[in-house]
Amino acid sequence: MKTFIIILIYLIGAPLIGGVIAGLDRIISARMQSRVGPPILQPFYDVFKLLQKENLVVRRSQNFYIFYFFLLIIFTGALFFIGEDILLVIFALTLACIFFVLAGFKASSPYSFIGAQRELLQIMAYEPAVILVAIGMYMVTGSFVIKNIINSDKLLFLHLPGVFIAFIFILAIKFRKSPFDLSTSHHAHQEIVKGITTEFSGKALAMIEVGHWYENILVLGFVYLFFAKYPVLGVIVSLLAYIMVIFIDNCFARVKWQVLVVSAWIFALIFGVGNIMILHLFKN
Amino acid sequence: MPVPFFLILAPLLAAIILLIFNNKQVRFLTVIVCATALFVGCFRLLLDTLANNIIYFKVESHIITQVMLLLEICLAVFLIYIGIKNRKFWIVTLAFLQTLAITIFELVYKHAIIVEHDIFIDKFSVIMALIVGVIGGLIGIYALGYMKDFHQHFRKEVKDNRNMFFFLIFVFLSAMFGVIFSNNLLWLYFFWEITTVCSFLLIGYKGNEESKNNSLKALKFNLIGGLAFAVGIIYLFVTNNIIELDKLMSMSKSLVLLPVLLISFAGLTKSAQLPFSGWLLGAMVAPTPVSALLHSTTMVKAGVYIIVRLAALLQGTTCGFMIALVGGITFLITTFLAVSQSDAKKVLAYSTIANLGLIVLCAGVGTYEAVWAAVLLIIFHAVAKCLLFLCVGVIEHKIHSRNIEDMSGLIVTMPKLSIMLQIGMSGMFLAPFGMLISKWAALQALVDYNPLLAMFVVFGSSATLFFWVKWIGRLLTVTNSDLNDHEEGITKTQWFPLISLSVLTVAMCGLFSVVAHFLIEPYIQEIYGTTITLSKGNLFIMSIMLMMVLLFPLSFFNYGKRVKVVDAYLCGANTPKGTSFYGSLGDIKAIQMKSYYLEKYFNEKKLLSVSFVVCILILIFAVISTFI
Repeated sequence: MKTFIIILIYLIGAPLIGGVIAGLDRIISARMQSRVGPPILQPFYDVFKLLQKENLVVRRSQNFYIFYFFLLIIFTGALFFIGEDILLVIFALTLACIFFVLAGFKASSPYSFIGAQRELLQIMAYEPAVILVAIGMYMVTGSFVIKNIINSDKLLFLHLPGVFIAFIFILAIKFRKSPFDLSTSHHAHQEIVKGITTEFSGKALAMIEVGHWYENILVLGFVYLFFAKYPVLGVIVSLLAYIMVIFIDNCFARVKWQVLVVSAWIFALIFGVGNIMILHLFKN
Repeated sequence: MPVPFFLILAPLLAAIILLIFNNKQVRFLTVIVCATALFVGCFRLLLDTLANNIIYFKVESHIITQVMLLLEICLAVFLIYIGIKNRKFWIVTLAFLQTLAITIFELVYKHAIIVEHDIFIDKFSVIMALIVGVIGGLIGIYALGYMKDFHQHFRKEVKDNRNMFFFLIFVFLSAMFGVIFSNNLLWLYFFWEITTVCSFLLIGYKGNEESKNNSLKALKFNLIGGLAFAVGIIYLFVTNNIIELDKLMSMSKSLVLLPVLLISFAGLTKSAQLPFSGWLLGAMVAPTPVSALLHSTTMVKAGVYIIVRLAALLQGTTCGFMIALVGGITFLITTFLAVSQSDAKKVLAYSTIANLGLIVLCAGVGTYEAVWAAVLLIIFHAVAKCLLFLCVGVIEHKIHSRNIEDMSGLIVTMPKLSIMLQIGMSGMFLAPFGMLISKWAALQALVDYNPLLAMFVVFGSSATLFFWVKWIGRLLTVTNSDLNDHEEGITKTQWFPLISLSVLTVAMCGLFSVVAHFLIEPYIQEIYGTTITLSKGNLFIMSIMLMMVLLFPLSFFNYGKRVKVVDAYLCGANTPKGTSFYGSLGDIKAIQMKSYYLEKYFNEKKLLSVSFVVCILILIFAVISTFI
């Protein structure tokens, strides 16, 4: 029963919060750029407008991949918030993201094709850091299950600072912000038109947008896990991490994919693997 | 007749029939009958073993051992002749040395060698037997249709030696069963060498320069392993007076470390781990049934099979850790190399070596969790990889190319095959399919033992994702250039194995918990006294995911209604034909979409040369560690 209630709260609450922080993102970015910015509920207005637009496609089946991305990302988030195995959550997230990439391939357009290739490079770049989070938490709490990780009496951040740094580094990739917004970005400054989402419109684009809100909540949830012992601190750090990503977005230009992959892997290697090594040495 | 003997002898009989009669109907009948017999035999074996634990057989083996020795000498003479004819010094030396050693050993110690049991079956043997029997049988059936197309294609260049081809395939199957069921290490060695010779002859089937060179390379590397195997057996007997696998497994580690390392070394060469990977890549010139059977699902599995058998002895030793390192480095490097390849068979070959590396990594670690993961990996990899090779074989015949870039739009031109290809590829890396589960188990096992070893899996699996999804994406991208149906003319003998394997790949995700419960867990329990069981909660979630993924084809029913089809966005420079645009001088250009291969970064030469040196150093250190 309790599980059902959590899933319900998540299903309705996650996109609402996700949309609001997306709106917050736009306002903060605007203020940083000396603009006023849109109303905070603008993302919702945008999604409603998208729902009324025509569904243009290049290939008839391309939107079904987006629908599956949407379905699976909701599924993944639900798994996370009811406290299941963290590795399973990561694998389900990968499955969802792969459907998104395949949609880009299916659209059979040069821009979406390059976007899809870049999206794959992005996934390859952030996967190690994400799995290291799972491994690190297992080593500290003795369990892969999120329920147990949350109920641990240790402040995970103190044991996993390196892993945390490696994960924060790839946050910009997951939030599709500069300098790592290679495959697609929110704004109109994309040299491959709109990248992987070029050929999607109407309901499909709305699903992509809302799907990304669900994904953002999931990623912030991962940040929260590091501070789960003190829930209020956890929420604050998650929001601060989000604001930091917005700040970095406004400071840096996009990098080439080589810089993206190499830097993400180096951070994962030095900070993440280094952290794990130290934990292992102390255990013995 | 006990089932193991039936399984060894039946393919041998079929092989002789197939060699003598070059008639199409006889061939068809023999293959189908033998394949069915193998299926039945393996299932009978399964039922037998479920009731009992380990079953042993003794054979009145004096004559058999002498016949084996005679055959080994004949094979050695043949190989020495081949080596001299092709001026390959190494082949002559290796074949001569190992046969000389074994012959002298068997003659000198003839009366001292007492063998209690020659043949045995336990649950792991059953798993391997099912793989060899079912997949071997399916590939045999596939080869009927495939070789017909093959010879039509290569009518002028390749001589039709189909009777020899099928003879070798079935002799090979017989030898594989021999490897799996042998308890007597001398028998194991004999069957092992037979697989080497079969592989050599089958790789060189086409008869051209390239095939000949690659077959000789394969022979050389496998003979290196064979020599190590022979020395290992001799050393084992001279120091410990045993020549049986079950007795070896009950010895204390410190007494048998060097022979275990030598036999594992033979396993490493057979499974093409770094630095011995070159031969498997070269073996891809052979016809697809050969690549599917020998070089991805069975022969190379014999290499990891023997290491997994010895895993309990490797556990906790420096030697085992070194072998695990070789496996881990192989997994990482060959995954990177697979990213840079556009030849489909090369991608599959590198992926095979990578997965074998993962199995070796788990076997080298040797804890009960790791071996559990290793056995699971063996099962899932065999099924999915076989499906992939068979698909690529048919596709190559139809579109006359093995290049992934030429498979663009295959979802439209060859829908059924591209779906099966996608099932195979998903089976290799995607949740909730089998390989993902195995990789998950491997990750957990490695983190418990030594997290640094887990890092190979962490970084390697991200690269795995890259090249598989890139390939799937290539199949889905349609550019309207060639929309004809290429699927006519594929024989039933080719469809049947393809469909069976697709069904099996999917079914295994659902059924793997059953397999684990009845076969893998009891085996681990027997060896280690403790075992893992899968969490029911995770199984349930994965079943939900599987159902969702399987429902994806429903999209084809609500096929894009209420959408408006437009051309791809080409900055407004579209021509009336959707897939071309007006260039800057007004000329018409077609759109081109080429995948990323990252050759500059995952450069074959650089990566291989560095990793060769590292792995050779590791192996040298492993040998030294057995003496410390």
